[in-house]
Amino acid sequence: MMTEFIIYKLIMVGAIFGITLGVAAYSTYAERKVAAFLQDRIGPDRAGPWGIFQPLADGLKFMMKEEIIPVVSNKFLFVLGPCIAMLTALMAGVLIPWGSSITINGTEYPLQIADLNIGILYVFGVVSIGVYGIMIGGWASNNKFSLLGAIRASAQMISYEIAMGLSIIALILMTGTLSLNELSAQQAGGVGGEWNFWNIVYQPVGFLIFLVCAFAETNRTPFDLPECETELVGGYHTEYSSFKLAFYLFAEYINMFVSGAVMATLYFGGYNFPFMNDLGLDQNVIVILGTIALFAKIFFFIFFFMWIRWTIPRFRYDQLMNLGWKGLIPLAVINILVTGFIVLISAD
Amino acid sequence: MSLAERLYLPAILGGIVITFKHLFKKAATVRFPEKTREISAVWRGQHVLKRDDKGAERCTACGLCAVACPAEAITMTAGERKKGEENLYREEKYATTYEINMLRCIFCGLCEEACPKEAIFLTDRIVETDYSRDGFIYGKDKLVEGVNERIDVTKRQTKQVLEFKQHKQLSHNK
Repeated sequence: MMTEFIIYKLIMVGAIFGITLGVAAYSTYAERKVAAFLQDRIGPDRAGPWGIFQPLADGLKFMMKEEIIPVVSNKFLFVLGPCIAMLTALMAGVLIPWGSSITINGTEYPLQIADLNIGILYVFGVVSIGVYGIMIGGWASNNKFSLLGAIRASAQMISYEIAMGLSIIALILMTGTLSLNELSAQQAGGVGGEWNFWNIVYQPVGFLIFLVCAFAETNRTPFDLPECETELVGGYHTEYSSFKLAFYLFAEYINMFVSGAVMATLYFGGYNFPFMNDLGLDQNVIVILGTIALFAKIFFFIFFFMWIRWTIPRFRYDQLMNLGWKGLIPLAVINILVTGFIVLISAD
Repeated sequence: MSLAERLYLPAILGGIVITFKHLFKKAATVRFPEKTREISAVWRGQHVLKRDDKGAERCTACGLCAVACPAEAITMTAGERKKGEENLYREEKYATTYEINMLRCIFCGLCEEACPKEAIFLTDRIVETDYSRDGFIYGKDKLVEGVNERIDVTKRQTKQVLEFKQHKQLSHNK
C-alpha cells in the first residue's frame, strides 16, 4: 500500500512538473504568436510547421549563450537568485487540484499532490518568497540598474500582495475553507438538486482585485515596471545571461500558469464544468473531462494575460502605487465588510 | 476625470475589444524569401548601363550623372576609343571605369534624368545584400547589361518621356 502510494505521488509530481514546464515553454511561443496576431503579423513560423519547435530553438539559444558572472557580484547569491525564482514558481503548483479523484480498482486517487487544509495560505507564502529571487538577484549583481529594478519589483509585489490577500479574505468568509480542494468541490455544477454557481458570481469585485493583483504579482504588463529599457536597462536581470536569464524569464511564465490555475480554482469552478453531473457519464470520465475543463480555463487566463499585455500601456510608478494603495486596498476592505455583513445576515 | 474614466475599466474594455478584432484580421506580412512584395513598374532599383541596338555601350563618360547625383555615389574615368573598338563603344569617348556606390545611392533617379545618351536607367531589380562594404561598389561588370541579356526599361519610358523624345531639336535628344 505504501509503495503504491509513493509511486502514485511520484507519478503525480512528475506529471505536474512536466506539464508545468511544457505549458510554460509553449507560453513563450503562444506569447509571440498572440502578439503577432493582435498586431496583424504572423509570428514565428520557421522552426517546424507553424513554428511549433520555436521554444526548443529559444531554449537551445539560451543554453549556447556565453554565461557571464560579473566579478564584482556576490557569486553565491547571483546564482541563488534565479534558482529561488524558479523554485517558488514550481512549488505553487503542488496544491492545485487538477481534478477530483480517479477511482481505480476501488482505490481513490485524488488528482492533487497535497491537499493542505491551509492551501491558499501556502500558495501565498510561496509566492511571497518569489520576491526574494528577484531581490537577491538584483542585489547580488552589484549594478545600480539591477538594484533599482529589484527595489521596484519588490515594492510592487509586496504592495499588491496586500490587496490580493484582502480580496481572498472575502472569498474565505463566504466559503468557510482555505483548502483549494474543498473550494473546488463547493463549486461543483449540476442541475439535479446540487446547482452551485462559481464563486465569480458571488465575488465579482474580489475577482477583479485578485486579477489586477495577479498581473502585478507576475510582473506582466501593465505592471511590468521591474523591466524597463529606457530607465533601468533590463531591470533586475540586467547582468544575467544564458540559462540564468532563461530561468528568470521562464519563472514568469510558470507564475502565469500557476496564477491562472489559482484564479480558475478560486473563482471559476476549478475542475468543474456546468451540468457535469447530468450527463450520465462514468465518474472517471467526468474527472478527466473536468481536468480538461480546468486546463481550458487556465489557457484562457494565459491568453488573457497576453491579450492585456498587447492592449494596455504600462503604468507610471506613482500611478502603480496609487492604484495599489489608494484604489485596490480600500476596495478590498469594503468588499470584506460587505461580504461579512451579507454572511452575517444570511447566517441567521 | 469622471468616475468611469478614473476606474480605467471602461477604457480597458474598449481596448481589449479593439485588439480582439485584430486577432481575426489578415496579417500584413509578406513571407519574403518565398514571396516578394509586389513593386511598381517604375520602381527605382539597381541601375543598368544600356547598350545600343548593335551592342555598343551608350555611355560616353560625360559625367553629367555624377554631377547630378545628390549623394555623390557615381564616379567614372573617361577613355578614348581605339580603332577596332567601334562595336564596343558607340562614340569616341567612353567610360573605362564606372562605379556606383550602392550604400551612398538614394535611388532618386536624377542620374537617369541627367543622362543625355539614354545610357543609365534605374530598374525594378533590388540591390542585393552583401557582407562587406566593398561588395556594394558596383563596377561596370555589374552595371552594364549583357549583349544577349538586355534589360527591359520600356516601362520606365512613360508617356511623358516618349513625348519628350519626339522633340529632336532639344540637345538632350540629339
